[in-house]
Amino acid sequence: MTIPIVHPVVAPHLGDPVVRALGIQKYYGRNYVLRGIDLEVRRGEAVMLIGRSGSGKTTFLRCVNFLEEPSAGSIEIDGVMVVGDPLHERSRAHLEQIRQIRIRSGMVFQEFNLFPHMSVLQNLIEAPTKVLGVSKAAAIERAEMFLGKVGLAEKRDEYPARLSGGQKQRVAIARALCMEPKVLLFDEPTSALDPELIGEVLRVMEDLAHEGATMIVVTHELHFAQEAADRVVFLQEGLIVEEGPPEKVLNDPDDERTRQFLRRFLTIPTAGGGSD
Amino acid sequence: MTAIVTTPLPGSILAQMEAAQERARRSFRLKFAATWAALIGLLMLGLIVTGNVDTEFISIWGPFILGGAGLTIFVSAVSITFATLLALVGAMGRMSRNPIINGVASLYVSLVRGTPLIVQIYFIYLALPQVGIILPAVPAGIIALSFNYGAYMTEVFRAGIQAVPKGQREAAQSLGLPEQQVMRRIVLPQAFRIVIPAIGNDFVSMLKDSSLVSLLAVEELLYRAKLVGIQNFRSLESLVIAAAIYWVLTIVFSYFQQRLEVRMARGDR
Repeated sequence: MTIPIVHPVVAPHLGDPVVRALGIQKYYGRNYVLRGIDLEVRRGEAVMLIGRSGSGKTTFLRCVNFLEEPSAGSIEIDGVMVVGDPLHERSRAHLEQIRQIRIRSGMVFQEFNLFPHMSVLQNLIEAPTKVLGVSKAAAIERAEMFLGKVGLAEKRDEYPARLSGGQKQRVAIARALCMEPKVLLFDEPTSALDPELIGEVLRVMEDLAHEGATMIVVTHELHFAQEAADRVVFLQEGLIVEEGPPEKVLNDPDDERTRQFLRRFLTIPTAGGGSD
Repeated sequence: MTAIVTTPLPGSILAQMEAAQERARRSFRLKFAATWAALIGLLMLGLIVTGNVDTEFISIWGPFILGGAGLTIFVSAVSITFATLLALVGAMGRMSRNPIINGVASLYVSLVRGTPLIVQIYFIYLALPQVGIILPAVPAGIIALSFNYGAYMTEVFRAGIQAVPKGQREAAQSLGLPEQQVMRRIVLPQAFRIVIPAIGNDFVSMLKDSSLVSLLAVEELLYRAKLVGIQNFRSLESLVIAAAIYWVLTIVFSYFQQRLEVRMARGDR
């Protein structure tokens, strides 16, 4: 099976919508985490989700590629639409649709999740060869290109255990890029890193944003959001409270709750912040 | 107040410290080995003094008994292989969302773990012929050992699969790998690393439990020892020989198992 590959970084800035999340709700038992989130992301747009721990931003991101099954609502990525399956009937067709969503999106995790039993190169070519049916030679060529892009060309034959946290995360970004996804999803990509290693990862992400990659980023790095975001979305208690350009949301928010969050956040001098 | 300046220790002192450590290590190993030699020597001496041990019997029949070790190793190796395959399937079954598959796997584990190995061996060899399934002794023994160990190892495999971090599966899924490949390419190779020490342990146990198939007249190590011991009224000698051979076998395999573990730990984790 081959799927036409569109390089995310050559897309013109802010094109048509690539991701459309409609009315996403998520319940755990009777407790809600998400109360209805609508979000549309256009081609080339970098959207940063901010909010307190427990605001639902990570859960929402995980709903976008169905690592969490939404209790209600639908996700559409690049023309593939899947409606949440709250009863977990998990029909074959539903699972295949989810796979199609995942093929079109690339996820970068807080904990990197590189495959420890594979070399860096094997990590990068596994999915392109097995899922997209790319030939091994082409996959290697592509992997080497993206490894170069994240500044780790010389690490291609290392095993993940031999890399620093920042290097692991950059490899994880390259791994996601190798699938040439329509959208990159970042789940607090620097929260598990030592402070001195955060910069190298943010730099790679900033480059991607400026080159026009479509991305949704859950982050506590407000300075980074300021630099790289096209739009900042503030979540609280499972709802979008405020969204807009970073200059507006981060410096002069309309909503009192956003203001409170920023006040508290900016007085705490840590760069990281917890996970949620 | 003058500041305390710490200067690095001179190399000669560091070298002396290293040498002292090395001496202590060597002295420990030497005394350890001497203890073993003394105890084993005492044991053999006691046997010779009290038991009117027939050394001629040992030299005549020792090699014959040793010849049974081949079959012991063969039965154990084949059985551990089948047991591993069974355990893999069993573990999948025990984790299956399908109630029938899960039920079958759980019943298998419960039944096998709830009955003695010796009963299972007899059942396959003596009871099954009554319903028309007649198996020669060696295959019957292998089947019984495989089924038995497979059930215990099912739980080990299940724990190993569940010990693979959740993020590994999620990363593979988010790349679009189909469920089957997530399992085969990402989860199982990592789970296998986790359970290899346990498989090694089970193999060492199997070497010893395989002696039970002597009851089916399989001519392995214990059967031969028992046979020549009884025939010559020399059971003391023959059983000491058998025990010694089992012991040496387990020491040898434990050694290789340890080396394998060290190598894997050094690998890429």
